[in-house]
Amino acid sequence: MKEDKQLPDSRGYFGQFGGRFVPETLMPALDELETAYEEAKRDPFFWAEFDSLSRDYSGRPTPLCFAERLTKHCGGAQIFLKREDLLHTGAHKINNALGQGLLVRRMKKQRVIAETGAGQHGVAAATICAKLGLDCVVYMGEEDIQRQALNVFRMKLLGTELRPVSSGTKTLKDAINEAIRDWVTNVKNTYYLLGSVVGPHPYPVMVRDFQSVIGKEAREQILAQCGRLPDYIIACVGGGSNSIGIFHPFVNDKDVKLIGVEAAGRGIRTGKHAATLAAGTVGVLHGAKSYVLQDDAGQILGTHSIAAGLDYPGVGPEHSYYKSIGRATYVAVNDKEALKAFQLLCQTEGIIPALEPAHAISYAAKMAGSLDKEQIIVVNLSGHGDKDMDIVVKALGVTL
Amino acid sequence: MSRISSVFAQSRHTALIPYVTVGYPTVETTLKAVPLFASAGCDIIELGIPFSDPLADGATIQRASYEALRQGVTPKVCFEVAKELRRRVQTPLVFMTYYNPVLKFGLGQFCSKCAEVGIDGLIIPDLPPEEGKELEKSTERHGLDLVYLLSPASTQERIKLVTSRSSGFIYLVSLTGVTGTRDKLPEELESFVGSVRKRTDKPLCVGFGVSTPEQARRVAEVADGVIVGSRIIQLLDEDKSLKNACSFIKCLREALS
Repeated sequence: MKEDKQLPDSRGYFGQFGGRFVPETLMPALDELETAYEEAKRDPFFWAEFDSLSRDYSGRPTPLCFAERLTKHCGGAQIFLKREDLLHTGAHKINNALGQGLLVRRMKKQRVIAETGAGQHGVAAATICAKLGLDCVVYMGEEDIQRQALNVFRMKLLGTELRPVSSGTKTLKDAINEAIRDWVTNVKNTYYLLGSVVGPHPYPVMVRDFQSVIGKEAREQILAQCGRLPDYIIACVGGGSNSIGIFHPFVNDKDVKLIGVEAAGRGIRTGKHAATLAAGTVGVLHGAKSYVLQDDAGQILGTHSIAAGLDYPGVGPEHSYYKSIGRATYVAVNDKEALKAFQLLCQTEGIIPALEPAHAISYAAKMAGSLDKEQIIVVNLSGHGDKDMDIVVKALGVTL
Repeated sequence: MSRISSVFAQSRHTALIPYVTVGYPTVETTLKAVPLFASAGCDIIELGIPFSDPLADGATIQRASYEALRQGVTPKVCFEVAKELRRRVQTPLVFMTYYNPVLKFGLGQFCSKCAEVGIDGLIIPDLPPEEGKELEKSTERHGLDLVYLLSPASTQERIKLVTSRSSGFIYLVSLTGVTGTRDKLPEELESFVGSVRKRTDKPLCVGFGVSTPEQARRVAEVADGVIVGSRIIQLLDEDKSLKNACSFIKCLREALS
């Protein structure tokens, strides 16, 4: 699959997915960003700084750890966990925030805006802005602010201005709309630090490049530990940045099966879910052509997931491409299953996962039992569950 | 020559182009307002097909879109409204919407339906010329104009691209920002319009932020048309009898003659 190395093409397309569907005002800014990123990409000093801060500030490399008791519990394939939850700020989002933060400094911009769903990207952006001395504004839906109160407080502590979004569904989708409106208005002095592999070109490729550090490490680690590549890689998919991050370095390894796990919420048939690739159709949202959840008239639908970070009606164009060529498979896990997997990982491995990767754990656990013991599954444990305590307490009907 | 182009070829005054969201506050309002606006001297009328995620729009049009959607205003309903309006007015009608509803409808089908009901052109703010080739095939086949936008942030290269590809007129966004009323238009407005004028003979219409007769007059000094949206939506809110909106249109018309 040699051609995959060249994707996206010069117009930002992965096959028929991607592109730049934005107001004219942003087109020059996207050109500027693309040029700046292309230059940075060729500059060894840029990557040297990225690597050194990844190591000394974020805490890379993260371990790849064999989940011995979980494996035994499932009674089949060996399960390994890529521990992105151990990173500074508790999730993989810091990889991208760091990369783009260094780019902001290169582009000599001072004002940074970002959107956030679960709050993990907001916290990562706020953290990097504090570290690099940049001004930061984060847009967050009112509904997400309520369910992720702790992350809201974290961002404020880090010196970020939080702007609640009360339009539309009051979640991530509308936070992105509002961030784009801010960018259109303040484009001259503002950098938009987008948190996932979505949006107009060059965001999907740029965020993928910064997140690919996950897969590069995992590849070396599994070779060192097992002497061979895994049979399966499993990761959760909202916008899709942690999954692209771990998938991408394995894309040309044809025998490694890639599985993305979306949020089935209360069940796909109820309509209350966020399984964009499993149940969506091709459309244009937030600047890119990709799968989206929409009605017959092309209106974007509201979504539901217990995991705020998966609660999004779109998905990165590269995932849509992998689906279309059959390189990756996409499945969905519902709220209840994710919650069960959340508890299972706590009890078997002593790790409290975020509700987002709990979806991936659930699918991996289900699948492992049907495979033989020689098989290897790597799960991307993209974040830590501390942020989700309130939701889990409520969902389990516990009083503290 | 398209019906839109002939507006600019024949008219001696600056074109007045109001925007209304179809179905806001009700479909009946749209059916009443558009003929009234036409007889008050509007030259082209923009009909907004509401979209759930209008990222180029400010609070006023966002709210209007949301309300219209809540009442079930789909592209299909908009076609019916346009068909009815075409029976009542001669004025060119232009759909303004986002790309996704058009894509979902099917580019060819959407354009053929536009032609069938008497729509003259399309304005799609999240569709730059780079992504518009496919839609252009359909608009050309069905004799529709596809209006592209320029902004003060546009580079010389982009001005060249947009002026060569836009048909009917070129929509100049007066400021870097979203739609909505503003107290002041930017100081650079004249030089922006001038820099585009140097590149093209196509008509230039200015919109975004134009909300008073004084502002419209200033725009008219340099442009061929003035587009007014959010202020009209606000007036439809204030007075359901349409009196305020109509007298506002008349003031604009006078300011532009």
